[in-house]
Amino acid sequence: MDAINTDAPRDDDALEKAFQTKVDAETRIEPKDWMPEKYRHTLIRQMSQHAHSEVVGMLPEGNWLTRAPSLKRKAVLMAKIQDEGGHGLYLYSATETLGISRDEMFDQLHTGKAKYSSIFNYPTLSWADIGAIGWLVDGAAITNQIALCRCSYGPYARAMIKICKEESFHQRQGYEIMLTMAQGTPEQKAMAQDALDRWWWPSLMMFGPNDSNSPQSAQSMKWKIKRQSNDELRQKFVDATVPQAEYLGLRIPDDNLKWNEERGHYDFGEIDWVEFKNVVSGNGLCNRERLKDRVDAHEGGKWVRDAALAYAEKQKQRSAAAAA
Amino acid sequence: MSNDSKNELPLYEVFIRSKNGLDHKHVGSLHAADAEMALTNARDVYTRRSEGVSIWVVKTTDITASSPDDKGSFYEPNDDKMYRHPTFYEIPEEVGHM
Amino acid sequence: MTEKEMLVDYLLRLGDNSLILGQRLAEWCGHAPILEEDLAITNIGLDLLGQSRLLLTYAGEVEGKGRDEDKLAFHRDTMAWRNFLLLEQPNGDFAKTMARQMYFDAFQYLQYEALSKSSDPQLAGIATKSIKEITYHRRHSSNWVIRLGDGTLESHDKMQTALNELWGFVHEMFDMDDVDNAMLAKGIGVDVAALRPAWDQYIEEVLAEATLSRPYVTWSVRGSREGKHSEHLGYILAEMQFLQRAYPDAKW
Repeated sequence: MDAINTDAPRDDDALEKAFQTKVDAETRIEPKDWMPEKYRHTLIRQMSQHAHSEVVGMLPEGNWLTRAPSLKRKAVLMAKIQDEGGHGLYLYSATETLGISRDEMFDQLHTGKAKYSSIFNYPTLSWADIGAIGWLVDGAAITNQIALCRCSYGPYARAMIKICKEESFHQRQGYEIMLTMAQGTPEQKAMAQDALDRWWWPSLMMFGPNDSNSPQSAQSMKWKIKRQSNDELRQKFVDATVPQAEYLGLRIPDDNLKWNEERGHYDFGEIDWVEFKNVVSGNGLCNRERLKDRVDAHEGGKWVRDAALAYAEKQKQRSAAAAA
Repeated sequence: MSNDSKNELPLYEVFIRSKNGLDHKHVGSLHAADAEMALTNARDVYTRRSEGVSIWVVKTTDITASSPDDKGSFYEPNDDKMYRHPTFYEIPEEVGHM
Repeated sequence: MTEKEMLVDYLLRLGDNSLILGQRLAEWCGHAPILEEDLAITNIGLDLLGQSRLLLTYAGEVEGKGRDEDKLAFHRDTMAWRNFLLLEQPNGDFAKTMARQMYFDAFQYLQYEALSKSSDPQLAGIATKSIKEITYHRRHSSNWVIRLGDGTLESHDKMQTALNELWGFVHEMFDMDDVDNAMLAKGIGVDVAALRPAWDQYIEEVLAEATLSRPYVTWSVRGSREGKHSEHLGYILAEMQFLQRAYPDAKW
């Protein structure tokens, strides 16, 4: 249609400028508002990836649900995993307002076109991993998500506000598991330390590449899709988490970790980006299982969804016939 | 592995009255084959913390929404009411956050 | 058995039912055919888990030997479990899970309705609280049996097969033994045999709407009340009890 409307380019320029003014003024963008196509695409990519992460994230924790060591822990974990499913659903729902269907998003996930947070490709090997996931992985996620509550896209920001409110207990339950184990038997303490050793660096990786290495960040910041840079958020997480680890009496596996009086922050070592890329590109222990579980659930459930649709259609026809 | 969207369960919008005396408020959407399924799903998805006393579900395609003439309504508030926006005012940086 | 022991056994029967079914539902977590359904199944699982905690805790209190809900859940072996055979059967496909659920929901609804009038106030309280949950469970599972039964040819077949496969397990739910009779005599327990007609009628109605037929199978198995379980229960317990058994001195 651009070919017919010769004014289009100039028009788009003006629209984009007005759009930016609106964003700068902290006015939320709503689904029916004009938005640059690239803004829409960036959001679809980021939001669907976020949704996929919630849903795939159910699996490593689900791995311990049937083995939770007490009925109370089992109930808490079940409620937490259920929340994650709910958060995935809120996010899919918010992403759908941008004109993509949930099935299309599933398709992108299942064909590997869309990513999910790489951290869920690590295995949960002991019960302490459930503690570490709550404490570190949810802790990192919450740090990210609090910043996203002020995202310029209305439905995303609203979903994030709801999610942050509900997630407040997730990190606490994880920390409580760690605390119980760190103060428990020597075997439990060893499990807790081992979990921290394995989950610390992947948690730091959750914030994404360093700012200097993140070309898309600048545009996202300008559009206020992102409100704080990867490195800022990572620093915030480290600063908050180090004292928590000290309280547990556990050692964070980083020789370069130390308080920097001058900066007022903790200095920490360099992330192993080779490992990061390695897991992202498919070489994590659980990449295949996680994806297969999701594909199986979706494809294996097709007959159920088809049946529900067929039944709904029959009901519609029956009530139409009854009315006639 | 097709994205045959006609085989996707239809989308429903969910509205919840959080307590008597308040209006139903839009809380999000979900997929369901029929209204009964939408209603029970809404209970499980959107009232996990007893957030509601009453639920409405409406098929998304049954909602008629006002459709702002994109450009007109987009420009209008910006064209003549820029003073509504904080960025309309230039405050020296030294003043700090306001 | 003393009267006290009988009450403990009676409470374990109720609590074990809820716990084993809840444990089975937990296996669906992250694998349901629809994301919305994942949340529904975990909700029902959470309700059942909650019921079992109240009942096991109470059983431990009545027993008075210092066993709490976790001692009872994680330190009893197969022969000491009192849950129905139906509930330990594997999830199978979604149709089978819904068939198992509807059979039990319909039973539990009637059972708890009667228990809410129990002469034991604590048990009556637990039943009254739970009946609200069960009302929803029954609606949810019945809706699915109807949808799948009257859905496509494929779903109809799967649903009918599932109903048939589990039918032989339902009869023991209505058996009355010495413990049941003693509890009934004291006004604590329920005459479950008398619930059968109402259960049959409910199932008939759902199946009729679902265009499904009442299973015709000649076999039936029983024995859960004496600890005679299917082989499945041992594996459920091996998984569920692993940490408590492997690290008996640890607190979690």
